[in-house]
Amino acid sequence: MAGEAQRRGGFTPYALLAPGMLWLVLFFMVPIWFLLQTALSKADAVGNTSFVWRWANFSDSWTSYQHQYLLSFRYAFIATVLCIAIGYPLAYVVAFRGGRYKNVLLGLVVVPFFTSYLVRTLAWKTILQDQGPFVRFLRDVHLLSQNGHLLSTSWAVIGGLTYNFLPFMVLPIYVSLEKIDPGLLEAARDLFSSPARAFRKVVLPLSLPGVFAGSLLVFIPAAGDFVNSALLGSPQTRMIGNVVQGNFLETLDYPSAAAISFVLMAIITVLVLIYSKILGTEEIA
Amino acid sequence: MAVLEAAPPTPTAAHSSAEAGGRYAPRWLRRTGNGALNGWAVFAYLYLFAPIVVIILFSFNNLNGITHPFNYTWRGFTLENWRHPLGKFPELGDAMVESLKIAFLASLIATVMGSLVAIALSRYRFRGGALVNLLLVLPLTTPEICLGSSLLTLFLTRGIELGFVTILIAHVMFCVSFVALTVKARIRGFDWTLEDAAMDLGSPPLRTFRKVTMPLIMPGIIAAFMLSFSLSIDDYIITVFNAGNTVTFPIQIFTEQKIAVPPQIDVLATMILAASFLLIGAGTTLRLVRENRLAAG
Repeated sequence: MAGEAQRRGGFTPYALLAPGMLWLVLFFMVPIWFLLQTALSKADAVGNTSFVWRWANFSDSWTSYQHQYLLSFRYAFIATVLCIAIGYPLAYVVAFRGGRYKNVLLGLVVVPFFTSYLVRTLAWKTILQDQGPFVRFLRDVHLLSQNGHLLSTSWAVIGGLTYNFLPFMVLPIYVSLEKIDPGLLEAARDLFSSPARAFRKVVLPLSLPGVFAGSLLVFIPAAGDFVNSALLGSPQTRMIGNVVQGNFLETLDYPSAAAISFVLMAIITVLVLIYSKILGTEEIA
Repeated sequence: MAVLEAAPPTPTAAHSSAEAGGRYAPRWLRRTGNGALNGWAVFAYLYLFAPIVVIILFSFNNLNGITHPFNYTWRGFTLENWRHPLGKFPELGDAMVESLKIAFLASLIATVMGSLVAIALSRYRFRGGALVNLLLVLPLTTPEICLGSSLLTLFLTRGIELGFVTILIAHVMFCVSFVALTVKARIRGFDWTLEDAAMDLGSPPLRTFRKVTMPLIMPGIIAAFMLSFSLSIDDYIITVFNAGNTVTFPIQIFTEQKIAVPPQIDVLATMILAASFLLIGAGTTLRLVRENRLAAG
């Protein structure tokens, strides 16, 4: 018996699981059922909704907001790619060159995120504004035309999304790099592999699970986000999250808002499944 | 000597002979590559800290006398904002108190429930483990807006009034998964036979739990609590769907930024940052002390 990590426990494990699982079923699974029900409802003139199997809500949500759906996925995709571009080398440097400061360097990645999400995004508004030194510099070096702007453009929104979700990319990549046995790299070197080749053949494949997990942790929240577009963007950068938020909380058009939200969730689930099939990763988180 | 700069792989005999054989990129290229990589990391840190610098700096911005200040342009240094951290905006303080209350309660409930789930998953073998894992991961792969809006439809359909309790329900929901996964990751590889040993030596179950199990899994649980707390206090997207008339700090800021962005917002944000630093510092010190004590026997 001794040394066995797990044991059979009869009822004990179920008793331990019960409160948490019950909460998730009641407040995660059941609400999705109600979301679907609302998505199939019809609103009357006073705003009361009645369940009538109105499937057209789904097709309407796509035809009316196709542009916002596609924009959201495009922004989320670009933000994910940028997060990999910025986050991978950062995680690499921390994991392989951090030495005794590894934990400090990793901590520095997370520390900015102890201030409020909204306040940080407002700070970007300060940085990107037309009178700010950053825009002035970009105009001076002609990276931006003399009356070019950053704020209220797609790039401000994408920059905000990249910024706000960057740690979700760095941490999983770091974890997978950190797990690599230094012996493997030594072996590669002993077998006359160049550093570039060792990276391509050893480090990169072993870190792909981290990139996979990071991409999901960035893409999914970015696709549904409406804060960055609301604070840094303009009506032209409205993402699908802004539509859901507006229809739910401002126009109180519950059936259409629920339908859009449901379609968004369905598309993302399908994308995640395809992505995990391609990368062949069994474990999602 | 240039080779030495390419540490950490210490150059071995094989290393240099391979180099002589010309399989390596030229030395200058490798040096440039190394420099570029480090430079890229520096750039990434600048990107990460740019808004933080702005937040701290602009908490000293002199916008006094303006009724609806927009703290976007620099108008001179003042300590006034720090002398009156709420200034003419007491609603910021009320919202902050509300957020702290919710974050504390939500993390407490989520930490207890999530830790029990994690213990069940890592300690016992039982039917349905895969299903439990799936149910834990799904909330993380669902956009927040879908989590928030689906809960709203539940509350609307069942006629439940939105407010403090519904926010709490929502926050516990998304924190439970994070807690369970964090604690599970931390106690993976935990030697459960220590428990058996204590029992074999005649320790009753409760005492065993208090003296053996708890101290070993506690660091994971504390980390999970802190993670939940920071997720909860910062959440806007899920909260706004379930808040009703209750105003949390993020909700207050989102509403307020249309009419004013007072520097006091930056003061409060800087305070939170400082408090988290202290908390992390205290946590690290405690861990070091504990480790030293354990090492000392």
